[in-house]
Amino acid sequence: MIEVKELVKQYGTHTAVDHLSFTVETGKIYGFLGPNGAGKSTTMNMMTGYLGATKGEILIEGYDILKNPKKAKKHIGYLPEIPPLYVDMKVKEYLTFAAKLKGIPKKEVSHSVEEVMEKTGILDVSHRLIRNLSKGFRQRVGLAQAILGFPKIIILDEPTVGLDPKQIIEIRELIRDLSKEHTVILSSHILAEVRELCDYIFIISKGKMVASDTPENLERLMQKGESVEIFTTSQRARVEDILLEIEDVESVSFEEREDGTCARIEAKEGKDIREEIFFAFAGERCPLLELRMTKPTLEDVFLELTEGGKDNGGDL
Amino acid sequence: MGAIYRRELNSYFQSMTGYVFVAFMVVIAGIYFMAYNLNAGYPYFSYSLSGLLFVLIIAVPVLTMKSFAEERKNRTDQLLLTSPVGLFSIVMGKYFAMMTVMAIPNLIYCLFPLIIKSQGTAYLRTDYLAIFAFFLLGCVYIGIGMFLSSLTESQVIAAVSSIGVLLVLYLWDGILSYIPENALSGLIGAICLLTLAVLFVYKITESVLLSVGIEIVGLASFAAVYLVKPALFEHLLTNILGKFVLYTTFTDIESSHIFDLGGILFYLSLIAVFLFLTIQVIQKRRWS
Repeated sequence: MIEVKELVKQYGTHTAVDHLSFTVETGKIYGFLGPNGAGKSTTMNMMTGYLGATKGEILIEGYDILKNPKKAKKHIGYLPEIPPLYVDMKVKEYLTFAAKLKGIPKKEVSHSVEEVMEKTGILDVSHRLIRNLSKGFRQRVGLAQAILGFPKIIILDEPTVGLDPKQIIEIRELIRDLSKEHTVILSSHILAEVRELCDYIFIISKGKMVASDTPENLERLMQKGESVEIFTTSQRARVEDILLEIEDVESVSFEEREDGTCARIEAKEGKDIREEIFFAFAGERCPLLELRMTKPTLEDVFLELTEGGKDNGGDL
Repeated sequence: MGAIYRRELNSYFQSMTGYVFVAFMVVIAGIYFMAYNLNAGYPYFSYSLSGLLFVLIIAVPVLTMKSFAEERKNRTDQLLLTSPVGLFSIVMGKYFAMMTVMAIPNLIYCLFPLIIKSQGTAYLRTDYLAIFAFFLLGCVYIGIGMFLSSLTESQVIAAVSSIGVLLVLYLWDGILSYIPENALSGLIGAICLLTLAVLFVYKITESVLLSVGIEIVGLASFAAVYLVKPALFEHLLTNILGKFVLYTTFTDIESSHIFDLGGILFYLSLIAVFLFLTIQVIQKRRWS
């Protein structure tokens, strides 16, 4: 459990993190989402005690990260943006060092190192110098370091950057696996990844929290709501006439193409008008080539919240 | 601390740096030993050791340059600083590792007086005390080098600035002879030192009131002392600055066979000061 209260970080006159407050519960995957420079990494660096906060308080399992750093840090495993690897060490040697650093009891060191190497799939490279490893393997060594000793809270800053698609899937599965017993916090600017992995999303922009909710709720939040898109070979005028007959149509926008007309129809709130549209066009013997529901995606939410720069974002 | 100490020590002997350092220190010592003790027949090894003072200036920065600069460059400091290990332990672990590397050539030096003894009269007590003082002086240099390494991300800058600082300290005695000794210049020098100290205070506290206050009080008291008893300012600069001729404790043993306990304590306190400053630099970076 992490409690962050009114966190502020200033670099000179630049405010990187601006009065950020949130609570992280045990046993879920949390996602930090935000454009580059939003303050994701800075926040994570403060949560792990690498940076000091200008103002505010961070409690890790009840321990203040600044007043009681040793106890608080014991509960955290951290993979920074750039994995903190000693390139002149071998993988196993490095992980053994990290295990000792984390205060894992001597007897358990070699066992826990073996365990994390197996989980992250780096057993084959355990005797190679980190210098000679590819980006993907380095990332996994960094991840192995973060989950060493299985701390309660695992914080991962962009964990899948630089990995190939197969590795990404493997790492995602690992993260999902970890979340059964641990709290995982990850940051990303890849929306699909956050959408798929996280139970809860914090969207951060310019150091401020603009939204925090489950991915489903965030998508539902979009005021425009759902719309129905149709495509037909008929002329625009005819399509307009047919649509006028349907009661629950709120607004329509058209796009004329060479081979037909495309219309985006928004229904009155809470109404599903797909059937009505189908029968209306069928009755007029005007064939619909396409009819589909379009939902606002997380991308839309993200862009709306971070680029729209709307002040009401904080109320969401 | 133990884990960091072992990792550092291993890395010195995996990356050749440690071997190069030890070899360099021992080879040069061997050359001086051959020339002064074996060839010229001088029975004190400490005399050969004094030739090595200059070698220390080049060798120590090689050892210290990477200590913190490399950690910052590779971002491995994030691992250290986010692990449940205090900053004090991190700095001490690194420092002790470098101290251990420094101890290796010094332990080898302990054989040289025995070689002299096997050939005739040797002055073991003088020689071993000289080696001890030489080792501690090396540790002071390591403290300086480590502090400078913590200021930068570049190993080259760390090495060059360390060599520069150590060289100035080495030449300090000579430089001092150019400093005027009359009371007025003593006063001016004292004002300069005070202003430097005040600037340092301002940099740390960022309080204009406090800094200006210290400066005014200092200036007033200097002026009062100068008016009442200007003689106090004579030789003041050379006396204060002369303290920083670091190798005197060593050369006292070597040339006049005087063991100055105060000097040894001075070495130890300098080491403590630079360890403290290193911790402060790292701590401050987390907050700026």
